[in-house]
Amino acid sequence: MNIYQEELLDHYENPSNYGTLPNPDISHEEDNPLCGDQIRMDLLVEDDKIKEVRFCGHGCTISLAAASMLTEKIEGKSLEEVKQLSKDDILDMVGIPLGPVRIKCALLGLKVLKAGAYGINCWPGEEE
Amino acid sequence: MHTAHFRPLDVESIRKDFPIFATEPPLAFLDNAASTQTPRPVVEAMDAYYDTYRSNIHRGIYRISEEATEQYERAREKIAQLINAPRTRQIIFTRNTTESINLVAYSWGSANIREGDEIVLTVMEHHSNLVPWQLLAQRTGAVLRFLEITDEGLLDFTQFRDVLTEKTKLVAIGHVSNVLGTINPIQSVTEAAHAVGAKVVVDAAQSTPHFHVDVQQLDCDFLAFSGHKMCGPTGIGVLYGKLELLEEMPPFLGGGSMIRSVERDVSSYAELPAKFEAGTPSIAEAIGLGHAADYITQANLAAIHVHEQELLKYAHQRLKEIEGITLYGPSAPHQKMGVISFNMEGIHPHDVAGVLDTHGVAIRAGHHCAQPLMKRLDVIATARASFYLYNTIEDVDRLYDGLCRTQKLMTRRKQ
Repeated sequence: MNIYQEELLDHYENPSNYGTLPNPDISHEEDNPLCGDQIRMDLLVEDDKIKEVRFCGHGCTISLAAASMLTEKIEGKSLEEVKQLSKDDILDMVGIPLGPVRIKCALLGLKVLKAGAYGINCWPGEEE
Repeated sequence: MHTAHFRPLDVESIRKDFPIFATEPPLAFLDNAASTQTPRPVVEAMDAYYDTYRSNIHRGIYRISEEATEQYERAREKIAQLINAPRTRQIIFTRNTTESINLVAYSWGSANIREGDEIVLTVMEHHSNLVPWQLLAQRTGAVLRFLEITDEGLLDFTQFRDVLTEKTKLVAIGHVSNVLGTINPIQSVTEAAHAVGAKVVVDAAQSTPHFHVDVQQLDCDFLAFSGHKMCGPTGIGVLYGKLELLEEMPPFLGGGSMIRSVERDVSSYAELPAKFEAGTPSIAEAIGLGHAADYITQANLAAIHVHEQELLKYAHQRLKEIEGITLYGPSAPHQKMGVISFNMEGIHPHDVAGVLDTHGVAIRAGHHCAQPLMKRLDVIATARASFYLYNTIEDVDRLYDGLCRTQKLMTRRKQ
């Protein structure tokens, strides 16, 4: 299966929730030093639920499309639910096989989210 | 490079030595600046070691160990010939260019660099010829100074006189930039550096595989390169050094093989080159590297260079046809080697490489271990195609076609 398929390209070209929030409760940015991709996530949290989310940054199709999909997935979810999201959840969401290099592109958004919300600084799937 | 007498490369027969190209359509492998493919004769030489005389070298008192020693030392002679080293013992086997440079930084650097001394580098260095000097500067209090490049990607030589002073103890410079392909004028650099009493370390990882590097002509003090970028295996690299320097230098790694005699508290060290080859070395890999040197010498380095220049010229011409493409580095092919870094407007280089991969074209994308250069070029990353003796005009055409398709796919709605 080709990694450059329709759904990913749609998210890349018209990302959901792209931008920043004026007064976010949580704002965090990280990069993937391997490729220089950079993603920032802004969250508005109300009653422990994610009320609004925006992301911005630059990167390849995989990292931006995965971040865009992730913002759709977490809106309205509780912080605890977000904390439970795993590497496999992201891979299921992206829906295409990825090699060991590009997998980090897909996981960058979740890494930013977990680092910002919980101070978890490792790559999803590499905990412990 | 002058036009020596040579037969043009017989690319078709060369390609038969590389089983990886046997598929249809063949893989268009354009990531040779990172690592090259390995021809059958090199693999067979390593197989012969494993199949018929596998043993440790040097002190074995039996036939196959003697043969292993002979073949290992024969490889050293071949490498000495390849770069015209005056003495075979000036060739130290390491793991790769990075280890060779670290050897100099730790051994020569720690013994010779003091607080306030200056180490001159260029902004186009690969991290392997930058980070070891940063570490040395941090250990000693030395200062790093940088030579800049022009917008064309050439070394800014006018600035050299200002940067080079009697404080300069070392100049560390790449022979050929792994990103821009720029060929640096090493002879002029060594002349200027020696005039102020500084030593010169040359990172020849991108030059030795592609044209005839002559250490006596360059007059450099140290020169480092890797086997895996010149048809050899991974895990073997070379450090060349001037004899008087290598002889004065303290050991780098301690252990077996590098000693003459060992007491409880002190040891005396072996002669060159053993002094710098502690522990069992990469025996099969050294033998493979010797055969890789034979392979590119028999193909003829002058012919390899001409072939790559033809591919480079053609690729420049084709790639420039693509709208929104930016090529980095010298625009005149004769000022550079077969390396083309580029970006396509609005498309991340990872996506360029990703789409090309789906069309059987392998290129590299990223910062190419040259982050300061990326900053100087004001880019996050680039895509890079690089050539070697087995590449063809068809490979370049496939690159061009792949780039056109990439553009079509990635900018569908923006048009």
